[in-house]
Amino acid sequence: MSDNARRVISVIVINEASVLSRITDLFSGRGYNITSLTVAPIPESRYSRLTIVTAGSVRVIEQITKQLHKLIPVLKVYEHCDLVEKEMALVKFPITENLSDISTLCGAYNGKIVDVSESVIIVMVADEPKRVDNFLSVVKKFHPKEIVRSGAVALER
Amino acid sequence: MQINGAQMVIEALIAEGVDTVFGYPGGAIMNVYDEIYKQDNFKHILTRHEQAAVHAAEGYSKASGKVGVAMITSGPGFTNAVTGLADAYMDSIPLVVISGQVPMSLIGTDAFQEIDAVGISRSCTKHNYLVTDAKDLSRVLKEAFFIARTGRPGPVHVDIPKDVTAQMGEFDYSIEVDLETYKPNTVGNPRQIRKAMEAIASSKRPLFYLGGGIINSNAAYEVRELVKTTGIPAVETFMARGTLSHDDELLISMLGMHGSYAANMAMSETDMVIALGARFDDRVTGKLSEFAKNATVIHVDIDPASISKLVNADFPIVGDIKNVVTEMLSLASQIDSEKYESWRETINNFDELHPLTFHEDSERLKPQWVIKRVGELLGDSANISTDVGQHQMWAAQFYPFSRPRQFISSGGLGTMGFGFPAAMGVKAASPQKTSINITGDGSILMNIQELMTAVEQKLPVINIILNNNYLGMVRQWQSLFYGKRHSQTDLSVQPDFTMLSQSFGGLGYRVTTKEEFDAALKDAVEKNIVALIEVMVERHENVMPMVPSGGSLFNMMLLEKKKEKK
Ligand SMILES: Cc1ncc(C[n+]2csc(CCOP(=O)(O)OP(=O)(O)O)c2C)c(N)n1
Ligand SMILES: [Mg+2]
Repeated sequence: MSDNARRVISVIVINEASVLSRITDLFSGRGYNITSLTVAPIPESRYSRLTIVTAGSVRVIEQITKQLHKLIPVLKVYEHCDLVEKEMALVKFPITENLSDISTLCGAYNGKIVDVSESVIIVMVADEPKRVDNFLSVVKKFHPKEIVRSGAVALER
Repeated sequence: MQINGAQMVIEALIAEGVDTVFGYPGGAIMNVYDEIYKQDNFKHILTRHEQAAVHAAEGYSKASGKVGVAMITSGPGFTNAVTGLADAYMDSIPLVVISGQVPMSLIGTDAFQEIDAVGISRSCTKHNYLVTDAKDLSRVLKEAFFIARTGRPGPVHVDIPKDVTAQMGEFDYSIEVDLETYKPNTVGNPRQIRKAMEAIASSKRPLFYLGGGIINSNAAYEVRELVKTTGIPAVETFMARGTLSHDDELLISMLGMHGSYAANMAMSETDMVIALGARFDDRVTGKLSEFAKNATVIHVDIDPASISKLVNADFPIVGDIKNVVTEMLSLASQIDSEKYESWRETINNFDELHPLTFHEDSERLKPQWVIKRVGELLGDSANISTDVGQHQMWAAQFYPFSRPRQFISSGGLGTMGFGFPAAMGVKAASPQKTSINITGDGSILMNIQELMTAVEQKLPVINIILNNNYLGMVRQWQSLFYGKRHSQTDLSVQPDFTMLSQSFGGLGYRVTTKEEFDAALKDAVEKNIVALIEVMVERHENVMPMVPSGGSLFNMMLLEKKKEKK
C-alpha cells in the first residue's frame, strides 16, 4: 500500500455527550487527517456509527485504529478492505442551464432533480465517492452555484 | 436514603478506601468542602497551589501504588491543575481529579470562573466526565477509579457542577462497573509467549529492556526472578529505575540519551530485545532507524497502541507484565544462562572501557558526588523524588536504587516543579521512609510555596538543591549546540534559600564542602522538619554520556578523560 493511501474506518461508539470531540481531538492531537466524517445513531441501540475517511501509511492507519480503540466509549473499530461505499452530493444549478442534459447525467449517477424553484434547480446524486468526484467535474460546464457533499458511508461486504 | 451530591463524593471516596486527598477549595466545589469539614474518614491536605495538589497526588500514587486523589475548584483552580493531569497522563499514573464547575444553568454563559474543563482535559486524561445529574455520581466515580487503575493506568477527571453537588439522590456504590466498551486485556497470548521464549532461547545476545510499566504492574520482583533465572543482562529506562537492585550483577544501567556507555552499546549490539513495559520513547532510542538494528523484538505491554508504534515488534504480546512475566518464568528452564557468558563479558568490557563516573574536584563539590553521598548515607531508607534538569539525570545515574517505587520523577512531560509536591505525596504515603527531593535552583522555585504545606502538615521533605546558578540542562545544550550563547539561563540572582525556608518555619542550610553536606543532611534527618539544603556545586558540569538529540545510541559524547595533574 502506498504511503498515503485513502482508508475508510468505521467506529462504533456509545452515543453520549462529547464523544465526537474525543474522536476528532484524537485525530488533530496526533496529527492525522480526516478527509470526511459521517455520524448517525444505530437504530435501537445506545451506539452511533461513524464513518471516517482518512489517509496514511499502513503504520499510521494501524496507530489510528489502536488509538481509537483506546478511547473509553469506543466499542469497535473496523478498518475496511472490502467494502461498499456511497456518498451523496447536492448541487444547485441556474434554471437557465440545459436541464435535460443535467437530468440525464444525474440518472447515470443514481440521481435526479429534487427541487425546482423560479431561478434554480437542485439535483442529488448518490454513488461511490470517486464517481461523485467525476460527476462534479463533468457538471462544471453547467455552472453549478453551490455544491454540498455528505461524506462517505460504508459497509463491509 | 437520599443524600446530596457532595455527600455522595465523600461516600465514594470512603468506599474506595481513600485515606488522603490533596486539594484547594473555591466557589464551585464548596459544597464538597463543607462535607469534608464534617467527616474524619480521610485526611485532606491543603496545598498552596492546585498544580502542587495534583503532583502530590501523583507522588502519593507512585509511592503507594494506589489511586491518587486531588480536588479543585472551577476556572483557575482547574487550569492550575492541568499541568498535573498532563504529567500523570504521560507517566501513566492513576489519579482521580475532581473539579467543581459552575451550576448547570450557567454552563455556556461565560459565567464567573467558568471554563470548559472537560474540553481542556480531554487530551491529557485517560478519560473524563461532566456529571449532569446527581443520580449518575456513584456510577461515574466508581468508573473513574476503575478506569484510572486498570489497563494502562492514567488520570481520570470528574467535573461536577455546583448544583449537582447540592442535588439530592439515591447513592448506591455496590453497583458493579460494567463497561462494555472498555475491557483491557491482561493475560498475554500463551502461544505467543511460548514462541517468544523459544526465540530467546535461540538468540545469542539477548537483552532485557525494562520500562516503567513493570513498576505500574507491581511486577519488579517477578522480573528480578526472570532476569536471574535466564542470566540475560538488562537495561532500565529512566522510569524503570529500581526494578532491579543497583547491586544486581545483570543490571547494566540506564539506557538512552544520558544512559551509560555499556547500556547503549548493549542495546546497539543485541540480537534480541525483550521489552517489558517500555515504550521506545525518543529519549531512549535516539535515531530510530539505528536502534537495536539487528535485533528481533519481543514487546510486552498492556497497551496495544504502544506496541509497534515506533519499532516493529516481531513478537507482540498484549497483557499485564506481571501475568506475562510469570508465564515466561514457568518456561524459563529452556534458556541456558551459560550460553550468554561471552555476551555478558562483552558488556562488562564496555563498562570497563567507559564506566558511568565523574571527576572529583578538590575545590568545588561535584553534583554527582552529592547524589552518591545521599545514596551512601540513606540508601534504601529514602525515597528519591526529583525535579527536572541535570540534577534529575544525575539522580537517575548515580543513586543506588534498591527497590521499585523508590524513584519518583517526571519522565514523559519533564515538569519542573514536580519534585517538591510529589515528595510531599510520597511522604504522606510512606511516612517511615525519608523523603528526599533532588532539585535544582531553577526548579525549586516553581513550587516553593509548598514549604507552607510541608510545615503545616508536618511532611518533612528534604529538598537538596544542587545549585549551579543555571538552568543547567538548557545551559548544557547551549554550551554544546548553540555556540555557548547562554540565552536566559544564567540564574546568578538568587534568593537566600536558608532564610527563605526559615521564613516558612522550615530548616535551611547552605553548604560548600563535603563535611558541611554530611552535617546538614544528618541534622535535617534528625530534626524531621521540611528542609532546603542548598549545595553549591560546580557550575559548568555537564551530564555525560550524552547521545545528541536525534543521534544514534552508539554515537555518544563521553566524559573527557581526566587531565593528568602536573
Ligand atoms: C515547566 C518547565 N519549563 C521549562 C522546562 C525546560 N527545562 C528543562 S530542564 C531546565 C533547567 C532546570 O534548571 P534547574 O532546576 O536549575 O536544574 P539543573 O538543570 O540546573 O540541574 C529547563 C528550563 C521544563 N522542563 N519544565
Ligand atoms: Mg540549576
